[in-house]
Amino acid sequence: MNDNDVVRDLTLDGNAVAGLLEEVFGADMTTADGECAHCGSANAVGALRAYTRAPGVVLRCPACGGVIARIVQTPRGTLVDLRGAAHLAMRR
Amino acid sequence: MRRPLEWQIATVKAIAQETAQVKTITLVLPGWTAHRAGQHYDVRLTAADGYQAQRSYSIASPPERPGEVDLTVERIPDGEVSPYLHDVLVVGDAVEVRGPVGGYFVWEASSGGPLLLVAGGSGVVPLMAMLRHRAAAGAKVPARLLYSSRTLEDVIYRQELEALASRDGLEVFHTLTRGQPKGWTGYARRIDQPMLAEVSGPLGTAALAFICGPTALVETTASALVQLGLAQERVRTERFGPTGT
Repeated sequence: MNDNDVVRDLTLDGNAVAGLLEEVFGADMTTADGECAHCGSANAVGALRAYTRAPGVVLRCPACGGVIARIVQTPRGTLVDLRGAAHLAMRR
Repeated sequence: MRRPLEWQIATVKAIAQETAQVKTITLVLPGWTAHRAGQHYDVRLTAADGYQAQRSYSIASPPERPGEVDLTVERIPDGEVSPYLHDVLVVGDAVEVRGPVGGYFVWEASSGGPLLLVAGGSGVVPLMAMLRHRAAAGAKVPARLLYSSRTLEDVIYRQELEALASRDGLEVFHTLTRGQPKGWTGYARRIDQPMLAEVSGPLGTAALAFICGPTALVETTASALVQLGLAQERVRTERFGPTGT
C-alpha cells in the first residue's frame, strides 16, 4: 500500500458527516447541491469527499480535489469556511 | 418541520455476532422517529476526562420497527469507537446517539426502481436496510444485489439474504475475492465492468443504483455503471471505508 492508497482509504464522503452538517446548518445538507468554486462542477454534498481524521472536517470536490468546505469545532465554537463553494442550493 | 437534531440516550437491547469482525447492536430509543433506509445514526462516546469520540453508523433495520434500530458495526482494530462497541458494550448499557441523519443515500419504496445494489464488505449495511424495507413494505420493484466479500465467512446477513432472495423479484450475487469454498459457483474476483454488465444487464439502463463500500470499489463501480449507460444522477454512492470506525 503506498501513500496514495492510504489517503484513498481514509476518504469518506458527505454522508458520513450528515449529523455534523445538520447540526451546523439546521437541515439535512447531504442532498444540497454544491458548486465547486475551483472547477465549477456540481455535486450533492453527500457525494463530496470527506476527510475526518483531522481536528476538523474537510470536504473536497470529487472532480478536481479542491477544498470546498472546512468545519472545525472547538470548545469555544464552530468555524465554517466555505470559500471553496461557489454556492450551496438547499432543497425545500 | 422535523424536530431539531438532538442527542439522546439509547439502551442496548441486544447484541448479535454477525461475522468474526461484525456485530449488530439493537438500540431502544426514547425519541425514535421513523428513518429512511440508508440513513445513519451518530454514536458519541465520552471518556471520564471529557474526551469525546464520535462516528456515524448506517442503520441496518427497516423503518417498520418502531422504537428501535439495529446498527451493524465492523470492528476496526485501531478504531476509537468500534472496539468499544464490540469489546465493552453489553446489553442494558446506555449509548449516546443522534439521528436519523442523511438524505442523499436513501431509498424508499416510493423511490421505485429497478434497484441495483452494490456492496463491498460492511458497505452492505445500508443496502440491507433498503432490502428489509422493500420486503416489509411489500414493494415489488425488481432488485439485484451484488455483494463483494473476502471469504464466505465474511458475508454479513448471509442466511437472511438467502431467505429474502427466495421472495419475489430479488436476486443476490456474491463475489468472494480472497478465498472460495470448494464447489463455489459464484464470482471470485473484484467487482469489474464485465461483472457489473452481467448483473445489471437484466435491470436495464433505467436502474436506480446504490453503491456502498470502500472508496476503490465505489469509484470503480460508479464509473463502470455510467459507462454501461446508467444516468449519473441515478447512481448514488456512499464510501464506507475502513475509516468508518
